[in-house]
Amino acid sequence: MSTLLEVSGVSVTFDGFRAINNLSFQIGNAELRAVIGPNGAGKTTFMDIVTGKTRPDEGRVIWGEKSVSLLRMSEATIAQAGIGRKFQKPTVFEDQSVQENLLMALKNKRGWLGVLFYRPSKGDLEKVEELAAEIGLKDELTRKSGELSHGQKQWLEIGMLLAQEPRLLLVDEPAAGMTPQEREHTTDILVQAAKTRAVVVVEHDMEFVRRLNCKVTVLHEGSVLAEGSLDHVTSNQDVIDVYLGR
Amino acid sequence: MERSFVAKNPSVLVFLAILSLFTLGVTVLSEGFGIGVISTSFVKTLGKTLCLCLIAVAMDLVWGFTGILSLGHFAFFGLGGYMIGMWLMYERTRLIVVESLSQAEIPPTSSEVVDAIGTQIFGVVGSSEFPLIWAFSDSLFLQLVLVVLVPGLLALIFGWLAFRSRVTGVYLSILTQAMTLALALYLFQNDSGLRGNNGLSGLQNLPGVTVSQDVVSIWFLWASALALGLGYLLAAWVVSGKFGSVIRGIRDNEARVRFLGYSVEVYKLAVFTLTACIAAIAGALYYPQAGIINPEEMAPIASIYLAVWVAIGGRGRLYGAVIGAAFVSLLSTWFTGGQAPDIPLGFYTIKWVDWWQVLLGVSFVLVTLFAPQGIGGLFDLWTNRRAPQRHGAALGPDESALREKEATE
Repeated sequence: MSTLLEVSGVSVTFDGFRAINNLSFQIGNAELRAVIGPNGAGKTTFMDIVTGKTRPDEGRVIWGEKSVSLLRMSEATIAQAGIGRKFQKPTVFEDQSVQENLLMALKNKRGWLGVLFYRPSKGDLEKVEELAAEIGLKDELTRKSGELSHGQKQWLEIGMLLAQEPRLLLVDEPAAGMTPQEREHTTDILVQAAKTRAVVVVEHDMEFVRRLNCKVTVLHEGSVLAEGSLDHVTSNQDVIDVYLGR
Repeated sequence: MERSFVAKNPSVLVFLAILSLFTLGVTVLSEGFGIGVISTSFVKTLGKTLCLCLIAVAMDLVWGFTGILSLGHFAFFGLGGYMIGMWLMYERTRLIVVESLSQAEIPPTSSEVVDAIGTQIFGVVGSSEFPLIWAFSDSLFLQLVLVVLVPGLLALIFGWLAFRSRVTGVYLSILTQAMTLALALYLFQNDSGLRGNNGLSGLQNLPGVTVSQDVVSIWFLWASALALGLGYLLAAWVVSGKFGSVIRGIRDNEARVRFLGYSVEVYKLAVFTLTACIAAIAGALYYPQAGIINPEEMAPIASIYLAVWVAIGGRGRLYGAVIGAAFVSLLSTWFTGGQAPDIPLGFYTIKWVDWWQVLLGVSFVLVTLFAPQGIGGLFDLWTNRRAPQRHGAALGPDESALREKEATE
């Protein structure tokens, strides 16, 4: 399996606090990975670095077959290169309809002139409907997304991510605030998505991680503490000490 | 699902119909073309108001839709006025000079004519040389191009510098205020080449046109109405499609749009520059009706008024901006023109000329606090457009917190 994203030796310091300390991480083309760790372990900062929001002090972030460095690219170009991100808090555009949200995310030209003259083609509208069906929002297409329930917003955001057709999906606590049934559905969507692309899930909830049934990376104080199957890492003494034991 | 532009935006048709009826009505009642009920000076006021409505549409596009609170758009408005004013003044002075020199026994050379024009125009600031920026002032076509080009270029450069550094919010507003103030202060100088604080005057007289102002005022009313109609149509079209989605997204959550792969800075720059050009066109139509332009027009307060109009009218909807600009500026004309009756309180008399600003300020605060949708929000009573009802919002930050929907069921 070839490597899609390679993070090596990355460190970030915020006002003297080392949020990320010599972190290295790799993920393949079609792989599901869970990242766990206690609060302040650097999970969100890790995502910020990959998506270009935060510049690391040192280290390399290499992307794709052509091995381009992500460090010099802006957030928008990184997103165009194929990295999608879902935030912890559902961030959909509440003032706009579900359809508008999905159309905006749909993989298409991102330049301002192209967007100005863009009118949705039949194929695009069908794609949006398919996606809406997948995330259970088919009947809500014309509703303003601000009217949706918390769980529905989470799904809409996942749907927007899928619409972007990214090669790497970064998902921050997707199941937060969801009912057990909604969690199950979310698990299905993520597992399904990981068949064709790389998916990184940051999650606190062990039960959710267990259901994902994938390789797990444990972060602690900004670096990787352990990596492997869930059973492997949960039996690791270091992990028990810093995370599970508490 | 896919419907025509008009079907999706019925308000555009309604707006254009009202605008046409208004223009027709004023024409019929005017002195120039109709029965003379409306005085020519009031026709000019109405024509100027249409121009203010046009810049309000631009302001709504940049603030109400894109979320950039620019407090400098009157700089572009003024620059547009200056650009057309240069040609108007040059050409009219040239006609007068040629006329008077033709009495001489020896026909004047072209350089003598130009020198005489220079003396006429710049005598007031103690100069007779044409500054470099007047190089194209003899050509109507080129000056019309400059009406859009100069403010557009200024907006492009300013916006590029500001947005690239990710200056947002109140800091950007302050920067735009600084821009318009700097421009005004520069133009106040006599050697800026635009006649300092005298500004350009006599702009109401169109060179080579012999008909009276009664007729000219109606021409400008038509031109202003046409510009407003086209500008409104353009703005409605821009915000109707995916571009509109993206800029409203930028207004509501800039970072999220960035992570969708849209280059936020480029979009902001495009909107900022486009609205600067619209503002410039509005200015180029406004000042020939006002007759005079001077740097005072670009004072920071003018752009703040613009924001107040849009806020009172209702930002985020184009007709709201038009209503706000028309309503507040006409009311302002009424109050400051001394037509509003004074209110004697016995110990003190409220003179509206002095107190109008206070009234405006108070109503701005009240609208912001209690009716953030502005006057345009009244239309929501007809249609069922409402703010999103956040059903299902968590009632507390914890995962187990009841959701609104559960709680009400």
